[in-house]
Amino acid sequence: MVEAATLPTTRDEDWRYSDGEYLTSADPAELNHWRMIEVPAGETFREAESYLSGQTMDRLRVHVGKGGRFEAFATIAGGKYSRVEIEVTLEEGAHFEFGGVTLGGGDKVQEFVTRTIHAHPNATSNQVVRAVQWGQATGNFLGRIEVARDAQKTDAAQNFRAILLEKGASANTKPELEIFADDVLCAHGAAIGQLDEQASYYMAARGIPPEIARKLMIQAFIGDAFEAITDDALRERMLEDTLALLDTEAV
Amino acid sequence: MLKIDNLHATVGETEILKGLTLEVGAGEVHAIMGPNGAGKSTLSYVLGGRPGYEVTQGSVEFMGQDLLDMEPHERAATGLFLGFQYPVEIPGVSNVQFLREALNAQRASRGEEPLSGGDFLKLAREKAGLLKLDMEMLKRQVNVGFSGGEKKRSEMVQMGILDPKFAVLDETDSGLDIDALRIVGDGINTIMRDSAKGVLLITHYQRLLDVVRPDKVHVLAKGRIVKTGGPELALQLESEGYEAVAA
Repeated sequence: MVEAATLPTTRDEDWRYSDGEYLTSADPAELNHWRMIEVPAGETFREAESYLSGQTMDRLRVHVGKGGRFEAFATIAGGKYSRVEIEVTLEEGAHFEFGGVTLGGGDKVQEFVTRTIHAHPNATSNQVVRAVQWGQATGNFLGRIEVARDAQKTDAAQNFRAILLEKGASANTKPELEIFADDVLCAHGAAIGQLDEQASYYMAARGIPPEIARKLMIQAFIGDAFEAITDDALRERMLEDTLALLDTEAV
Repeated sequence: MLKIDNLHATVGETEILKGLTLEVGAGEVHAIMGPNGAGKSTLSYVLGGRPGYEVTQGSVEFMGQDLLDMEPHERAATGLFLGFQYPVEIPGVSNVQFLREALNAQRASRGEEPLSGGDFLKLAREKAGLLKLDMEMLKRQVNVGFSGGEKKRSEMVQMGILDPKFAVLDETDSGLDIDALRIVGDGINTIMRDSAKGVLLITHYQRLLDVVRPDKVHVLAKGRIVKTGGPELALQLESEGYEAVAA
């Protein structure tokens, strides 16, 4: 695919919740750069990234061969504007597993954008994204799932939940399902809310100070996104890295 | 230990407690009974510092300190335990994690070293055994998917592990079958019957009082204590009803 040298604007559907200021001044070469990943048939490839500081523009184009497996886990916690975008094409029986967390305050805009192409039968995908925002920050998840005409027995799931710690923070999600096959399972769910005050009070009544109570609840909340990481040490490291930012940055 | 004097409290615009006075000394178990809407639960919420309950007049002294001046978690660290009528579910947080954080936060505020994971599990196993609760339940998420009885037993295990000086138990007996009621009653006796501890038991029924013999029984009606007596008062209430006894 040839990329146009022009810059997208927030009028483009895939960029509608992005940081407009960034888009007008972005370097087209950086913005239009895609990392290419080829997962050979039957093999497993895992990306685990914590984008904890600085601006991020990371776009991945992944092709997963027959029966292969691509796993991506990411935390976005830094930068004024950060976007991690994954376009993955699944061959027969392939699997895509995605877990993402956005966490930030100030006026940060943090987003995950995925395009999952079920091109052939029996492929599966599972995506879990959690957003924790405060200040004036925004967390976004745009997830498109495309199921081709002959991609029967596709099983695709997508789940987004956001917690807004303060008034002024926001979260956007846009699930898009394009299904051309008739024997498929596609599930998606989204919820945006606040920390459970009842649970906070219950913890306080047992002696847990508010800041620890909040951390415990956020840990449990974002833990969902890393649940599919089979490597215990990696899962714990991703969680710890993310939570450490809560200590230094949150209100 | 606990000295409540002329306590007035409102929820929103409504005054629920209207001059409640009560004192519980060390080594004593007091029961509060009363009709629906008398303010029993409000009393426990005010003592626990639940948001939304405003004290407009009066004072509460706990262990010689001004209880109302403390944050909810500070009240707990001072040794106050509040048993919930409806224990709250906390998805994603295990009982072990929850209780270890709670115990270590309380220890920290008293200037004590935190308990290690191993020492904590030893303590938890001991207390769970005491209350005939298996350890598997402690590994589960806090109250998630627990039956009514399990939630109340879990509250008792929490009380056993946190080892408070004073417990306010709000209808801990509601929703329990006879066996579970005995377990909870025995739990209260085992953990809290001590010359240095005190209990305020809020209940509707005589059944729990058969197991946990109270030293005093108070009748709460329309936001005040209208009658105080010994254990026989509870029996009289059971047979004659609140209307006749508290009128």
